[in-house]
Amino acid sequence: MSGPKNKSRRRFFIAVALVGGGLLVGYALRGRDRLARVPAFARGGKAFALNGWVKIGPDGTVTVAVPHQEMGQGITTALPMLVAEELDADWSTVRAEQAPVDKIYGNMVVLGDSLPFDPDDRGAFASALRWVAHKASETLGLMVTGGSTSVRDGWEPMRVAGASAREMLVAVAAKRWNTAPAECFTDAGYVLRRGSGEKLGYGELAAEAAQLEPPRKPKLKARADYKLIGTPAPRLDTPAKVDGSAQFGIDVRLPHMLYAAIRQCPVFGGALKAYDAAKLRGLPGFKAAVPVLGGVAVVADSWWRAKRALDQLEITWDEGPHAALDSGAIFAQYGRDLEHGKATTYAERGDAVGALAKAAKVVEAEYRVPFLAHATMEPMNCTARFGNGRCEVWAPNQSPTLVQWVASRAASVDFGSVTVHTTFLGGGFGRRAEMDYVVQAVTVAKAVPGTPVKLVWSREEDIRHDTYRPAAISKFRAALDGAGAPLAWWNRIVGPSVTRSFMDRLLPWGGMDYPPDKTNAEGADDLPYELANLRVEHVLSKTPVPVGFWRSVGHSYNAFFTECFLDELAAAAGKDPYQFRRGLLATHPRHLRVLATAAEKAGWGTTPAPGIGRGIALHASFRAIVAQVAEVSVTDKGEVRVQRVVCAVDCGTAINPDTIAAQMESGIVFGLTAALYGEITLDKGRIEQANFPDYRMLRLADMPEAETHIVESGAALGGIGEVGTPPIAPAVANAVFAATGKRVRSLPIRASELARG
Amino acid sequence: MLELRINGEARQVDVEPDTPLLWVLRDTLGLTGTKFGCGVAACGACTVHLDGEAVRSCVIPVSAVAGKEITTIEGLGAKGLHPVQQAWIAHQVPQCGYCQPGMIMASAALLAKNPRPSEADLDAALSNICRCGTYGRVKKAMRAVAGRKGG
Ligand code: FES
Ligand code: FES
Repeated sequence: MSGPKNKSRRRFFIAVALVGGGLLVGYALRGRDRLARVPAFARGGKAFALNGWVKIGPDGTVTVAVPHQEMGQGITTALPMLVAEELDADWSTVRAEQAPVDKIYGNMVVLGDSLPFDPDDRGAFASALRWVAHKASETLGLMVTGGSTSVRDGWEPMRVAGASAREMLVAVAAKRWNTAPAECFTDAGYVLRRGSGEKLGYGELAAEAAQLEPPRKPKLKARADYKLIGTPAPRLDTPAKVDGSAQFGIDVRLPHMLYAAIRQCPVFGGALKAYDAAKLRGLPGFKAAVPVLGGVAVVADSWWRAKRALDQLEITWDEGPHAALDSGAIFAQYGRDLEHGKATTYAERGDAVGALAKAAKVVEAEYRVPFLAHATMEPMNCTARFGNGRCEVWAPNQSPTLVQWVASRAASVDFGSVTVHTTFLGGGFGRRAEMDYVVQAVTVAKAVPGTPVKLVWSREEDIRHDTYRPAAISKFRAALDGAGAPLAWWNRIVGPSVTRSFMDRLLPWGGMDYPPDKTNAEGADDLPYELANLRVEHVLSKTPVPVGFWRSVGHSYNAFFTECFLDELAAAAGKDPYQFRRGLLATHPRHLRVLATAAEKAGWGTTPAPGIGRGIALHASFRAIVAQVAEVSVTDKGEVRVQRVVCAVDCGTAINPDTIAAQMESGIVFGLTAALYGEITLDKGRIEQANFPDYRMLRLADMPEAETHIVESGAALGGIGEVGTPPIAPAVANAVFAATGKRVRSLPIRASELARG
Repeated sequence: MLELRINGEARQVDVEPDTPLLWVLRDTLGLTGTKFGCGVAACGACTVHLDGEAVRSCVIPVSAVAGKEITTIEGLGAKGLHPVQQAWIAHQVPQCGYCQPGMIMASAALLAKNPRPSEADLDAALSNICRCGTYGRVKKAMRAVAGRKGG
């Protein structure tokens, strides 16, 4: 779309142009094009990321193109902060703009992260696979928001883009004053001349600055000089989100637009057999019924009319081979695979099996978690227009590149003939990395050429046709020595592969032989604890239920499994759960500090109020470390009430502490909803839940007091969007044990199992 | 033709009388600030004011609101931001923002009736779902508004 023609410049700066009287600087990772011509090793260690534009208007307004999607995580604030810091912009003049789709904005971090290896693993095979993944992400130029990678992806390029633009503005000011750039400095949107009162606003300099060759190696600030990074700068998207003007995908309105409602086959693996649209003719506003991926859509001149017509449509489904499937059968299959399935080893140190065989004291437990739906507040939707060999798509999505790609396939036009508009996302949590709703909307648009159509799923469709967080089971065996120190740790997890399921949907003909899916064992195979004899395995157990990336993915269950079992081990050793963990963290000082911060702030070691149990959990994911202490009370009927949560997080450098606190609160609520209520079940091949009345969400009345403490380590940037979710379920489950003496080994927590008497 | 009063203006709409108010607002009148979340009165994303009361517009047939004063998020701050909206900015409440028009409308209606709501009042009146989990900040913002109102 915005692909610059000048190849040599594109190597580093992707575009420099005068746009509406503004200065436009685009930045691309150096070496990218060089790399396209020179194979393999030229890449060196700089393979990651490359995004960003700075635009300065005559009035001094700074517009930053953000290549990631805003779904609440605050990325349209955090990335502009990086630019504004180096640019010395006045924060109140900064605006964010969604970057268009272009290969050069690809997220290089995310594919590297989806490999089944620890990021610190420098083994040859790991390096080779990582290299292949980077190559693939570069070839695809994959723009995607997920895996809590956005800030990491933008850290380098966004700052360089800001610093480079700053140097251009300084150069112009220096020339006007007939002085050296060194005699100038910048502050809050102005270039100032040392020793004189003279100053020039960025808006006055932008047009001329745009004529200059952008410096390729601008000087970046020292950390100590940051003025904006590390401060709770107000979010750029807040004003539009309090007055109703923020445009979500569902709010798209186009001239002559039609609306579509959809029904998909209630049984996974089933298909549309027949439908009779004859009766719908004559219904108010009815236009067409269109077979689409997974089912049938009805088009009308308003969504309500489309839905009413759809409700009257007689549909016959071919229910396929899974019409008898239920949740019990899936867990029974997991149970068989636990014993007899083919296990892949994800981590191995020492000889866990041998040590267990010899051990005097063995502790054993099995855990399980159910399928979960994403239930983003904004139901799935997409608007598309098709005609004259072009396709235009408006979609709240986590990957504009994939949208462009699947839309081009669905519309049978080439990639370049698809325009993608990314709106605000009313929640993503991984669901909007899926492309089903895009394919459907484009298919419907093809049936009414020239007319835009907005497809909106009902909540019932949204809950019943999700790509679910996998149900999984996990078994542990551990041995303790006479002093209560762990001698061996063996863990086998059973469940389907998210990455495989996702790739099968994306490339159904791919039939690839995928390497082991890192997400299966993430959070279980990279424990920070010193366990000399350890073995972590996963048994792939496929089911017909589509599974997908759900906020924190494998960590969402492995944190529950591992941190609950560790608590059981502490109890078996007769030790305090906090002290027990401390004793295993000698070689992980960052983890230890985070754990200690949460414990101290929560008053660990003091006697809790009567009726209150306290639980602790520590979990690292997406290069951030989070510890949480939960305080719960449990009624005689077994109802759990979470009273307070104390959270400590080390995500390296804190760009915006207020956003980090908000994301921790958000992750806690998301994880609490799952721990206390979340359960998707199947009967007769169908999802039994349909809407919020039976897929319950945490509400304000259930909200515990929550506080977040940021532990600054200055380490490499970690994510924040997902990392608050994993530890809360084990913290609460461990607190329930402290309060009741009963172990929670299955989620959601059931009152019936905790009721007294 | 039905005649409605929305945000102080008379609007005429030509829809089936059982069409939920939500879809008339969003599709017929283009007032997309009011959101669709569940369609069954379970989430509060579609909350608007009907003669000052917070109601869930996804289950109210448009025929039932003729002659009543309807206020949507677009009308709430029409004469300058409502104190609830100001508090939402001060406390940086929204995340994805999708539930917030409904949350703000429910909060504004509560304060109009009860300027100093207790914690229990908040729990009872604000049953809106926020999947992003902004509840803690909603509470803080509401405590601040309630405190200020009380002097
Ligand atoms: S959409 Fe009306 S309550 Fe959910
Ligand atoms: S802010 Fe996203 S649902 Fe409430």
